[in-house]
Formats: sequence, structure tokens, C-alpha cells
Amino acid sequence: MTTSSEVYKEPEKKIGNVVLEVRDLRTYLYTKWGVTKAVDGLNFEVREGETLGIVGESGCGKSMTALSMLRLAPKPAARTVSGQIILDGEDILQRPEPEMRFIRGQKISMILQDPMTSLNPVYSIGNQMVEALGMYYQGEDNKGLKGRAVDILRKMGVAAPERRIIDYPHQMSGGMKQRVVGAMAISGTPRVLICDEPTTALDVTIQAQYLRLLKQVQADTGVSIIFITHDMGVVAKMCDRVAVMYAGKIVEQGELRSVFNNPSHPYTKALMASVPSMEHAHVEKLYSIEGQPPALFDLPVGCRFANRCEFADAKCLEAYPPMFQDEDGHTADCWRLEGQWKKVAEATT
Amino acid sequence: MQRYILIRLIQSVFTLIGVSIIVFSLARLSGNPLDVLLPDEADDETFERISELWGLNDPWYIQYFTFVKNASRGEFGPSFKWQGRTAMELVFLHLPATLQLAGFSILVSVVLAVPIGVMSAVKKGTLLDTVGKLIALLGQSLPSFWLAIVMIWIFAVKLGWFPTSGRGGFDHMILPGIALGWFSVASFMRLTRSSMLNVLDSEYIKLARIKGLPEWKVIWKHGLKNAAIPPLTVFGAIVVGQMTGSVTIETVFAWPGIGLLALQAVNARDYQVIQAVTMFISVLFIGMNLLIDILYAYIDPRVRFT
Amino acid sequence: MATEGNVLELPKESSWYSPSKLKHYIGVAIKDYPVLWLTILFVVLIFPALTAPWTAPHDPLKQELSKRLTAPVWSTGSEDKPPSWSNIFGTDKQGRDILSRVMHGSRISLMVSLSALAIGGTLGTTLGLVSGYFGGWVDHLIMRIVDVFLSLPLILMALVIVAVFGPSFWTAIGVISVLLWSRYARQIRAEVLAIKQMDFIARARVSGASNTRIIIKHVFPNITNTLIVLATLQVGTVILLEATLSFLGAGIPRPNPAWGVMVADGRDHIASAWWIAVMPGIAIMLTVLSMNMMGDWLRDKLDPKLRQV
Repeated sequence: MTTSSEVYKEPEKKIGNVVLEVRDLRTYLYTKWGVTKAVDGLNFEVREGETLGIVGESGCGKSMTALSMLRLAPKPAARTVSGQIILDGEDILQRPEPEMRFIRGQKISMILQDPMTSLNPVYSIGNQMVEALGMYYQGEDNKGLKGRAVDILRKMGVAAPERRIIDYPHQMSGGMKQRVVGAMAISGTPRVLICDEPTTALDVTIQAQYLRLLKQVQADTGVSIIFITHDMGVVAKMCDRVAVMYAGKIVEQGELRSVFNNPSHPYTKALMASVPSMEHAHVEKLYSIEGQPPALFDLPVGCRFANRCEFADAKCLEAYPPMFQDEDGHTADCWRLEGQWKKVAEATT
Repeated sequence: MQRYILIRLIQSVFTLIGVSIIVFSLARLSGNPLDVLLPDEADDETFERISELWGLNDPWYIQYFTFVKNASRGEFGPSFKWQGRTAMELVFLHLPATLQLAGFSILVSVVLAVPIGVMSAVKKGTLLDTVGKLIALLGQSLPSFWLAIVMIWIFAVKLGWFPTSGRGGFDHMILPGIALGWFSVASFMRLTRSSMLNVLDSEYIKLARIKGLPEWKVIWKHGLKNAAIPPLTVFGAIVVGQMTGSVTIETVFAWPGIGLLALQAVNARDYQVIQAVTMFISVLFIGMNLLIDILYAYIDPRVRFT
Repeated sequence: MATEGNVLELPKESSWYSPSKLKHYIGVAIKDYPVLWLTILFVVLIFPALTAPWTAPHDPLKQELSKRLTAPVWSTGSEDKPPSWSNIFGTDKQGRDILSRVMHGSRISLMVSLSALAIGGTLGTTLGLVSGYFGGWVDHLIMRIVDVFLSLPLILMALVIVAVFGPSFWTAIGVISVLLWSRYARQIRAEVLAIKQMDFIARARVSGASNTRIIIKHVFPNITNTLIVLATLQVGTVILLEATLSFLGAGIPRPNPAWGVMVADGRDHIASAWWIAVMPGIAIMLTVLSMNMMGDWLRDKLDPKLRQV
């Protein structure tokens, strides 16, 4: 059990083969006002035991990406219009809907943002856990399932789980509830765990504990984590690789170190600059990005960041930039890299 | 939990006292009951003697306490119209018929309303939802007494499928049951639909789906129990609505329940019977609401522990 | 580089005759578009209520025994009494014109419901405001009284009151308003409790405004939307209640052509002369239907909070 008094040791990482590969994923929302391109041609992959951070402002399509991977984008407005989500070599977008039940929870699982509302208030947490475990371990009796639930809760740092299992969600603190949600998410031993801002609603001290727990779980099980957040600080703590998302697209992607040491898209630079850090404590004003991201149902022809970018020129307004890559596999969509980096893909809009 | 029940119990007692005051004063408003009860040729001496005997010369608060004391034992005095029977006897004599009809129509409305309400929320915006909304609108707009008459005309007189009136076998129950339940189907359905829509939007439904639960379990286990809370709160009102609605429906179908009894008592100015019926229905309503609040605490653990 | 940024691309083609389009139009007519219920409301309630004395084809009380039980103009009728355009909806057993009676009935329904709403609504709103704003024992007292009124069997009480005072126009209004105020009080109280928590009330209190002033200037303007929606949704209920009372002989006394009375008159003739009961019933249904639609529409526009009422 992790407590803050113990000396914290970073668990050892073992990164394996590619587990999940997303190719040209597009999820559009068909609304009264037009088509909102919430997810507009995403490409990324996650390896076994690896954590990929997806960073961006609220409304850039992060959560829609997460739901699309589970095929749970809110119907009937949202529709995944193209793309592939290849899990262990198989495109799950091609699977019939009834089969998705065996993928959700057991192959891909997710931790939601708000622990206060994500547990059903009228069932005890034991009931809610056993219900899911009953599907993952078919044929096992209730007692066995309960034992498993207790074990998993203990693994997620819930004290005295055999007593807490009869509690109802409203009897628990926010941090405890989020641990329960986490326990549910890993109870099906998924290959990929999507965490959609899991610590945003928690107190700062509990945040750090929770992140450590997730790392421990990853080290124990080798699960791949897709960590969605708006917080560059959390990314630095958690992730092996980062994808920066802006207005429905990934604008920069690469190894954590590479992106942090050499942010190549102006938006990433701006994001980094807006994080308060000790080194820049003498700077009086925090940097913030001027302007608003474009409405996703009314996107510009050119680069989507152009209206807020200090380096934007005529070319940026004319056409969306292609993807450029440096020798480390670090990629970014920005015209300023033309000539410096290798062009690896045409613009995809 | 006990504290919660205790508070509700005390509130119910207060409500009961209020109801008894109103019922008592309404009957007294009509003047001295002896004007109606005694034959016209009764002389002043008899009048005085019986007044004294019945305590009608006492101050009103003494009379009220006597009323409450008797009422709490179920004694409302003898009926004036139905000679030789007490008011309470008459109520219990007519009760089974009303309970049978109300029970049947509540059963019909719950069985119809809950699935339609849930499905029209789940399939929001589809044809099924539109039909559901149409039923809800019509249900709240059709006067039940008129619906009853039209149904008699079409299904009993023209088609001859069901008897026109009276109490008998199961076929006697169908037309009055539908006429009585019509309104509650609509309001139940509307409430179920709107609260189900709220629930379906929630994060815990999202989580249930993420866990990989089959859709029926997401809706009927995780959805319905939460969505049932608002409709349940009006359940008491609806049940009593059935009891009072039975005045009209029982009249139209000549169904020998307490509704018909009440109407006949009102027409005959039989105040003992009116008091008995009114108090009986009110007590039933108050008790029902108490029961529902306790049930509510059972369904929603957040209420239970506060 | 394609630029379909704001082009609405529907995933599937949908031609004008497709079932989804048709459904869409039905939905619009029912819910989104006020034209349907406005038309019904005007034709069935407002126009006849305002103009019945001049536009009704006959005197609603005039008996013409030679014309008794004439069938409506679209039906076949009988040999000796052919339907005529003079009595479009037919006549009742005293030979009174049904159409004229239905038109005059609108007048009665409108007057009863508006008066009852005015009286019951004012009383209920005031008590709800006081109860919600002051709280404490005042709140307890008022809410217990509300509980009492909500626990009484409405129609039965109305029957008793009418039995005591005798049926009349004003008794009906009185009875309905007495039964109505408790619902108002409860709803308004809940609303006031929510408003009381808001910052501008605290601000007003800090700046030293009196309670009366806060209620009138700050609380009341915030419940007007609720009031309007509640009133509209209650008109239908009141009309139904009045019709039910009249049907039972405890509402508007004969020979006034109240809709409920007319249905009661037609009840015994339903097998031979269905139109006597059916026509006023349709008038009740259409009126209540359009009032409810209007209430729903107003609620969506003004007060989404009330969606569950």
C-alpha cells in the first residue's frame, strides 16, 4: 500500500510491442448548427506498458477521442465516419456492436473525470464491481467474485476493502470514489486503460497519490495507458510519449523528452509557457494564449492555430500544413518546419 | 432512518388533524344535522332532547373532540339514507369494489406506462417516442367521464364486446379500468420518460457501458432504479386520484364502489356517510404517502442515511 | 485541400417523402410549432368565447321540440328528421342547437378557469412566497396546511361544498380556487427557496432593503416565468375539473350550456343520439390539449427547470 510517508520509488517500466494503433480516426457530430469535427483524422499508437499523454484545451476533442475508441460517442449526434482502431491486430470499428461488450472493460477500459457522478448512487460499490466481474469471469460464483473485488480494491489502495464493499458511493470521499472507479476499470484486466482527466476533480495531495497508484498498476499488469489531460505538469510526471491536440487534430507528437526539450509547434510552446514553474518564478505574469480556438463546426482552410499564432504568415492561412518529422520520430504540423524536418505526410484535411 | 420515519410520522399526524378539522366543519356548515335527520313533525321538546343526547348543544370544540374520538374508532354514526347501517359499515361494504377497480387500473397503467416511458426516452426522437408523446398529451386532455361514455357507446353498445355497466366478471372491469387508468398512464409515462432522459445523460450510465454491460442491463438496472424516484413520488397522488376519480367512473358505469356511495350520500345529504368516506380516503392518502417516503428511502440510499 | 468546414453533410440521403422527414414534420407540428395549438385554441376557445352571443346560429337555451334529436349534418339521420345545415352539430332532446351550446360553453369554461386561476393563483403565490422566504414556523404551518389540502379528495370535497351551498357559477369558481391554491403554494415555495440562496438576495439584504421590498423587487420578478407556465398548464386541469364537477351536477347549474352538463345530458342518449355527448367532449379535449401544448411550449421557452412538472 502506498502512503505518503514512505519513500516513493518509481516502479520499473517495461515497454513492449504496439497494442493499439489508431489510423485516421474521424468522429463528427451532426448537430443543428452543422457538422462539428470533434475528432478529425487522428493517428497514434500505444505500446504495451507505455503511457501516451493526449494534451489540449477543453473542447479540442480529447474526450470525444476517448469515447470513440470505445465506440461510445453519444449517439445519434456523433458518428465515427472513418478510420481504424487496431487492437492486437484487429480493427474494432469493423466488429459488430454486440461484440463490443467483450472489448469494453476487458480490452479497453476507461476512468472518467468526475468520481462524484460516475458511480451509480443507488447500488453499493460491491454490487457495481461484482456485476462487472461477473461478465469478465463467467461461471464464477458470487463469493469468488466478491473476493476478486476485494483484492482489486486493495490493489487500488482502498483501506479495509472487505468492509467498504457494502458502502454506497455517497458514503465515500472523492478520492476514495475515484479509486473505486479505477478498480472497476482495471478489474477486467484491460490491455488499454484510457484515463480522461482522472485527477482534475481531486485535491492536489490526492492527485499525486492517485497518479502513483496508476503507475504501480501499470508496472504490475503491463497495461497501456492513454492519459488525457490539459495539464502539462501531469504529463511530465506520467507519460512516456505526448500527443498535443488542437481543434480536433494532433499537431505535435513525440517522446516526452523530445517534445518538452524541443517543442516545435507554436501551440505546444504556448502550452509549455503557460505552465507555472519554479525556474520562471521571477516572471511576474503567467503566459496565457490569446484568442479562442476556432469553432469546430466552422474551421478555417489553413492552419487551425493561425489566428492565435505569433508566427503566422500568408501560407498558414492558405493551407493546412503537412506533417514533418525529425530523426527521432518527433512529428509536428507546422509550415515553419518546412526544409528543417522531413515531410512524412501530406496535409490530411 | 428511524429519525426520518419519525419526522414523517409526526407530519402525517398534523395533516390528519387538519383534514379532520375541515371534514368536521364542512358537515357543521350545513347547519344542524337534526334539521335533516328528524321528521318535520318533530316538536321542539324532542329536538332539544336529541340535541342534548347527541351533544349538539356543547361548544364546538367539545363537539370536535367527540368527533375525533369517535372517528378514531371508525364511528361516524348511523347512515341516514341507508337505514340500519352505520356509515363505516357502508364504506367497508363498498370498498372491495373500488379497490378491485383501482388496483386493476393501476396495474394496467404501470404495466403500460413504465415500458413506454423508458423506451421512448431510450429511443428519443424516433417514431416510438412521438407516439409516446402523443399518448401522453391525449391522456392528459381527455376527460375521463367522456372517455367512459364514448367507450360504452363504441365497445358495449355498438360492438357488444363488453357489458355496459355493473360489477361482475373480468369483462365488467375492462372498460371502467381503462377509463380510470387513462390519465395516470399519461402522467406516469411523461414522468418516467423525462427522468429516464436525465439519467441516461449521467456519467454512471456512461461508466456502466464502459464496463461492457449489455444494453438491457444498463437501462433496466442502472437506469430504471434511478429514474423511478420521481415517478414514485407522485404514485401516492395517482392512487388517490384513482380513488376520487372513481366518483365519476363509478357513476358512469354504475360500479358499486365508494365513489358511487359518496355521490349518493351527497345527493341524499347523508353527512355521516360523507364524513366517513372523506376521512377514509384522506387517511388512505396520508398513509400511502408515508409508505412511499419510506419506500423512497429504501430505493435511494442517500435519503436513508441522512 | 477540401474546405467543407461548415457544409452540412448529412450521412444518408433523405428525400422529402422519407418516413424520417414525415416524422419530423409531425414532430414539428406537435411540439415545436405553435401554429397548431394556436389555431385550435382560437377556433375552439377564444373566438366562440368572445363572440358567441353574436356568432352562434341559435339561442343556446331555446327549445324547439319539433327539431328534437336531429342528427348532425354529415350523418344520415332518420326519415322524419333529416339533418339540416341549420343545426350543423344536431340538436339535443329538447331541440336545442348543439353548436350554439358548445360555443356558449367555451365562454363558461374560459370565465370559470380564468377566475379560479386568478383567485387560487394569487392566494397560492402569496402563501408560497411568504412560506419560502421567511421559512421557520411560518413555513412549517403553511406547508402543513398545503399537505392537508393536497390530502383531501378533491372532487368529493367539491361535491360536499356544493351540497352545502348549492350549485352556482361562483360556488364552482370558489371550490376550484380552494383546491388550486395548494399546488401553487408548493411550487412557488420550492422556487423561492432556490432564489433565496442567490447572491443578489444577500446583496440586497446587506444593503439594508426591507423584507417586503426584497420579495417584491428581487424575488417576485424571478418567479414570473414559473407563474406563467404554471398558469397555462393549470388552465387545462381547471377546465377538466370544472367539466367533471358540472358532469356530476356539482358545477355549473342547468340550463347553462356548460360542456360537462351537456355530456351528462347526452349520457342517456348515447346509443341513439351520440352527438349530444360527443360534441362537447371533443370541445373539452381540444381545449385542454391545446392549452397543454401551449404550456409545454412556454415551459421550454421560458423555464427549462420546470420540465418535470
